[in-house]
Amino acid sequence: MSTETTPEITVTGLSKSFGDLEVLRGIDLDVAKGQVVCVIGPSGSGKSTLLRCINLLEQPSAGTVTVGGAELTDPDCDLDRERRRIGMVFQQFNLFGHLSVLDNVALPQRRVLGTDRASAERVARDNLARVGLADKAEAWPAQLSGGQQQRAAIARALAMGPEVMLFDEPTSALDPELVGDVLAVMRSLAEEGMTMLVVTHEMSFAREVANRVVFMDGGLVVEDGPARQVIGDPRHERTRGFLARVLDPAAAPLESGAD
Amino acid sequence: MALSPRQRRRWSRGAQYAVFVAVVVLVAVKADWAQLQNQFAQGDLAGQLFPDIITVALRNTVIYTLAGFVVGLALGVLIALMRLSSVGPYRWFATVYVELFRGLPAVIVFILIGVAIPLAFPTAVIPGGTTGKVALALGLVAAAYMAETIRAGIQAVPRGQVEAARSLGFSHAKAMRSIVIPQAFRIVIPPMANELVLLFKDSSLVLFFGVTIAERELTAFGRNLASESANSTPILVSGLCYLLLTIPLGFLARWLEARGARSR
Repeated sequence: MSTETTPEITVTGLSKSFGDLEVLRGIDLDVAKGQVVCVIGPSGSGKSTLLRCINLLEQPSAGTVTVGGAELTDPDCDLDRERRRIGMVFQQFNLFGHLSVLDNVALPQRRVLGTDRASAERVARDNLARVGLADKAEAWPAQLSGGQQQRAAIARALAMGPEVMLFDEPTSALDPELVGDVLAVMRSLAEEGMTMLVVTHEMSFAREVANRVVFMDGGLVVEDGPARQVIGDPRHERTRGFLARVLDPAAAPLESGAD
Repeated sequence: MALSPRQRRRWSRGAQYAVFVAVVVLVAVKADWAQLQNQFAQGDLAGQLFPDIITVALRNTVIYTLAGFVVGLALGVLIALMRLSSVGPYRWFATVYVELFRGLPAVIVFILIGVAIPLAFPTAVIPGGTTGKVALALGLVAAAYMAETIRAGIQAVPRGQVEAARSLGFSHAKAMRSIVIPQAFRIVIPPMANELVLLFKDSSLVLFFGVTIAERELTAFGRNLASESANSTPILVSGLCYLLLTIPLGFLARWLEARGARSR
């Protein structure tokens, strides 16, 4: 699949250390235009750090990141400009607490893109409708459920007209019954052809929506392949062990030294 | 006799009430009320203070204080941002500034502005006359406290807010202006109201500049009239006027705080 189109995201030799701690140890990854790639792996495997290195919220220690033809790791890259094309959705939503839902979606367009208020609000309302929150435009973030906040955050990112969307465990902070609405929005986005890189623990989403699944462990890509194969028939022992624990946690044996 | 915990609490509370009432009664009985009334509560003297105590003294107190607050706020935001700057000399300057003006008594800053600046720069004129000098002196002192408060407020805004803004393409400066500082201000409303109350009182230090009759604020006005009439009633009335300003301010701050809490 990735051979048919030019890669939208290219990561080569990416490393990241925090002090002595090596979180990423040489990651190579391509994401083709319109592809949905899910990154799975145990906590501490570096998957969130990988995502945060792609829009340079974290400065990589080594390696290059190219998105849509622009190399973000080039020291002379205008990051603020390139980030407009890269939407990001966070585990903790991070809606702006002092702004109404409508302003959360409209203000970034006005401040960053220079859109006038009327157009920005029109785009904001369109995108809120797209995530099923047309009736919550005047609400404050604190008045929304977690699932609604996350969908508003997705609308905020979409309103900037991104070419790529990064999702950093978008449903991990949600109550179980609220996960479905967020995944439904992400699924429809995938069906519209958005290029998406998703760090997630939702295996059913990865299996059904992703084109590819990447399994990371210890700062390395252990396995990378079609979603059904990696989840249904993993090649690697470590992938098998991880999936067994995630898919049937009640049956997993206690590892010695497990936390 | 063993008391149950509930009975012990009852006895303890009863004893606390008793002590409180005893102290109030003791003070009320021992004080020389006639003398106090004679010296502090002369009705006709109090009447003569009006309307000047409001139209001149209270008005000047408000003007001096607000001018100082505005200067202090602008300077305080600047110092707070310098303190958080990635540029070393800015951080050092801000740290030295805060330590200096937080450590000096406000009186000394007033004397320095009133005496040292005219000596050092004989031709320099601080714009705004007495109000300008008060604004500068109060502002310099207030900025040191406000800078620390604002810095704490900025740091209390969750990191995710900046990350979300940066991921949308906000520059660092724009993220500060549109996202962080507005939220920091909500966090610092209570300590800022506190600072404003302190400034109302410190505005009385204007008397170290020497003031004309039209420039007197509440304290100078009260003291002047007290010495003219050889009676302290004007002092008491001046004091009540301060409360007239500061108590509503407390209500306003609580209201703003509650309003901010709703939107967070």
